[in-house]
Order: sequence, then structure tokens, then C-alpha cells
Amino acid sequence: MAVTSLDATLEAVPARPKTAAGAFPDLALRGLRKSFGGVEILCGVDLEIAKGRSVALIGANGSGKSTLMRCCLRLLDPDGGTIRLLGSDITKLNGRALRRLRARVGFVFQRHNLVPRLSVLSNVLHGAQARRGGPSTWFQGLARTEDREEAMHCLDLVGLADQAAKRADTLSGGQSQRVAIARALMQRPHMVFADEPVASLDPAAGEDVMALFANLMQDQNVTLFFTSHHLNHALDFADHLIALQSGRKVLDGVSAGQNLATLKSIYQ
Amino acid sequence: MVNQPPDQALGQSPNELALPARLERPGIPAFLVYLLALGFFILALEGSKISISGFVEGLPQMADLFARMVPPDISRIVPIGKALLETFQMALVGTALGVAFSLPLAVLATRRLSPHPAIYYLSRGLISWFRTVPDLVWALFFVVTVGLGPFAGTLALMVDTMGFCGKFFAEAMEETEPGPQEALTALGASPSGVICSAVIPASMPSFINTGLFSLEKATRSSVVLGLVGAGGIGIELKVAMDLFEYPTAATIIVCIFVLVLLVERLSSRLRHRIM
Repeated sequence: MAVTSLDATLEAVPARPKTAAGAFPDLALRGLRKSFGGVEILCGVDLEIAKGRSVALIGANGSGKSTLMRCCLRLLDPDGGTIRLLGSDITKLNGRALRRLRARVGFVFQRHNLVPRLSVLSNVLHGAQARRGGPSTWFQGLARTEDREEAMHCLDLVGLADQAAKRADTLSGGQSQRVAIARALMQRPHMVFADEPVASLDPAAGEDVMALFANLMQDQNVTLFFTSHHLNHALDFADHLIALQSGRKVLDGVSAGQNLATLKSIYQ
Repeated sequence: MVNQPPDQALGQSPNELALPARLERPGIPAFLVYLLALGFFILALEGSKISISGFVEGLPQMADLFARMVPPDISRIVPIGKALLETFQMALVGTALGVAFSLPLAVLATRRLSPHPAIYYLSRGLISWFRTVPDLVWALFFVVTVGLGPFAGTLALMVDTMGFCGKFFAEAMEETEPGPQEALTALGASPSGVICSAVIPASMPSFINTGLFSLEKATRSSVVLGLVGAGGIGIELKVAMDLFEYPTAATIIVCIFVLVLLVERLSSRLRHRIM
């Protein structure tokens, strides 16, 4: 199939209508608690993320960032508190209802988590699994033409349309993370979580991937919630910052005007 | 530091450092277990009636049997060829069916994919049962239940393959990287979607390897199954030996050797190509 230009593709993928920031939160946590082996990792965290916002979650290793993100999608079950994600209390959902909600939320992992032996296109097609159901999205050979075309569009958005037929385990770290972003886009997400999306990349590749990621989310009015150890990424690509220290929220505010020295103190 | 002798540089003389023991000294319980194992092995040697003199005395008879087998008689090569083809067909179909049925069984016997612990233990038990009962016993069972012939042999090979592949498929799936499975769960994939999109592709090299080993194993087993009437070339060999037609028996043995060798070579080539 002919791959359209980036601009044309951006027009083709329906963007969500822009909403006034703060109207209805896409994510609202109340008193979120989680322990492992008696050690409290999250100690009653409250936070809200409005539609269309880009929010960075910062904090030292072990502060609970990844645990919080995993709890938000019920990849981990919280011990207490409520999680309202896209208007639904995810703690009360199970089975198909839970999968339907997850389908509207992308999750980009630090180690991209692609299926190594499958092609890049098959990996992107997986993003449509919950929407389509059945074997048509297991790998690209079984997929419908319109899904293959959409997956190619998503790959084009991350600049990897020419790599579609390659096996995922032949890509570099930066390319793999772009494929993971394309897979999230294939979900047509309302919100995307990213857990240290560039931590495994070198600084230059990390900068490129983060810029691409943040711009794509902004262009399509997708709420972005990401964790990062790069404070410059948090300041450059997020309009809101939340900081955790030992499982407690210690900062929640707009990123503009934040003092770098203050932010660094969170890591001490 | 550069010009200092090593002992001064490290702050302690090498003679003062306690070296770990070369071999760990067993405790009294472990020592008793080793002693019991050795005692049992000596009893096993006694029980198996190992006799060097018996072996040496048998050598001339072996030579005599070998001499009677040469030259092989190829006058019955056509029926032998047909029986050989039937043997391979049994092995191929038995393995294919066994692999196909062992895949869902292995999913149920994989701890993190099984829908319930009870189903996990039940599937594991079933696989163990299929594996521990020898294929010759399965053949006897199926000869009684479905009658003499290759169908009984094919069923025996299928069950034996399920025991073999079920165990190794489950272990391969147990060892897969959890990351891609978590990613698919996060994007709303169903459990079957996670299995078919992430677990099976990741386990495929192991599946192919195990499947090809099963075919080799089934080819060797299918030769013996004929001895109990479960089809294949085994019955031809038994009849030839019972009637003292050693040259015909020699032809059958050579044919079996060629078949097994061909299957092993083919499977080895396929393995290298696919992996």
C-alpha cells in the first residue's frame, strides 16, 4: 500500500476534540495505597489529570512511580483507594469491561515489550486487539486490510513505515520504542501512560523519541502521563509535574517556573 | 601503590586469607543419602545379573547370528517397503496429532496461563501420566480397545507425544519473557489473544525443536509397536526372527536403520533452517 505523508496521516487519524483543561479529569486517584511484603510503596496518593494534559511523574528509584502507573491500569491491584480512569472506577471492573477500558489507554513501557519474533507491523497491529477481538490481530498475515493500513499509518507517524516487514528483535532500542509508541497509537487512545519511555536509550535517541512522543500526543489531543528521571524532559514535555517521595506526593503543580534545584532535592 | 608488593598493597598477606574449601563437605544426612544410593546401586548390579563371562560366552553366537544374516535377502523388499511406509505414516500422523493436542494441554499446564490452580494440577497430572506409561503399554491398551493395526499404533504414538511435548511446551511457555504479555494485557487483549500473540510466538523455536524430536522418537517407537500388533514393520521383523529367516530380518533391520537415519537428518536440517 502507498504510505501517505505524515501531515496527511495526521489528518486521517481522527483526533479527539480539544476540551478545556480541567473540565473532567481523565485520571483521578483518591487515597491510592499499595504494599509489597509489608512495605508500603504508595501511601494514600491523591492526584488528578485533566483531559489533554501532559503530566510528568518524577521521583527517585523506589518512590512508587512505576507501581502507581501499573495500579492505574490494574496491572497491579491496589490495596486501597479509588482509581477513576476515563470516568470509570477501574477497581470495580473485571473481565471484558476491564479490557474495554484498557483498550482506550495506551501504555508504553521502559523496555518497549514488543514480541521479538514477530514483525514490526504485527506488533503495531496488536494495538487493535481489544477493538477487533479474535485472531485477525494476532499477526499481520491474518489482519484485515484496513487494519494493516492503519498500522502502517501509525508506523509512518513514528517514521518507521519502511521497517514494517522487519522482525522486532532486529531493531535498535530507539526504533523499538517508536514501534511501542505506534502500537499505543493503534489503540486510538484517549490517554497514554509511559513508564520511563526513554530510560533505556542513549541521550540523543531519548531526546528524539521523547519529542516525537510528546508532539504526537499533543497533536492528537491525547492525555499523556509519563515518568522520567530526566528533569529536563519533565520540564520540556510536560505542562504539569507531580513528584513522589517514598510513596507520598510531595509536589503537584504546573511545570512552568519550577526551580531545577527544588526538583533535584526530591531525589535526595 | 604501583611499586608495593601485592601483600602490602592489599593490606593483608596472602597467607592470612582463608581459602574456601575446594569441595563442600557433606553433612551427616547427605552422607547417609549418598551411602544409601551407593548401596542400592550395588544391589541393582546384583539384580540385573551383570555377567562378563556370559557376555564373552555369547560373542560366538552373536558372530554366528550375524553370519547367518549376511547377505540380506531382498526378495520381500516390496512388502517390507510397504510396512516401512506404514510405520512412517503412523509416526507422522501420531506426532502431528500429539503436537496439536499437546498445545492446549500445555497452556492449561502452564502456571501463569492456566485459568485455575485445579486445572493446572490436573493438566500436569495428565501429562505426567501420558509420559510415564510406556508407548508399548499404550499400544497394548489401544490394540485391545480399537483392534489390531496401524490405528492402534497411531493412537499410542499420539498419547506418547502428548506426554513428551506437553511437558516441554509447558516449560517453554513458563520461561517466556513476561514483558510482551504484560504489554498486551495492558492494551486490553484477551487471555487467548495474549497466548496467541505473545506466548506462542516466543515459544515457537522450542515448539519446533520439541516437535521434530518427537517425530524422531515416534519413528523409532513405531518400529517396536508392531511387535504387539499395533501396525508397522515390527510384526515383519518378529515373524522373520521367529521363522529363523535371518537374511530377511537383516533386510528389515537395514531398512529401519535407513528410515530412522533419514528422519533424523531431515529433522536436523529443518531445525537448522527454521531456528
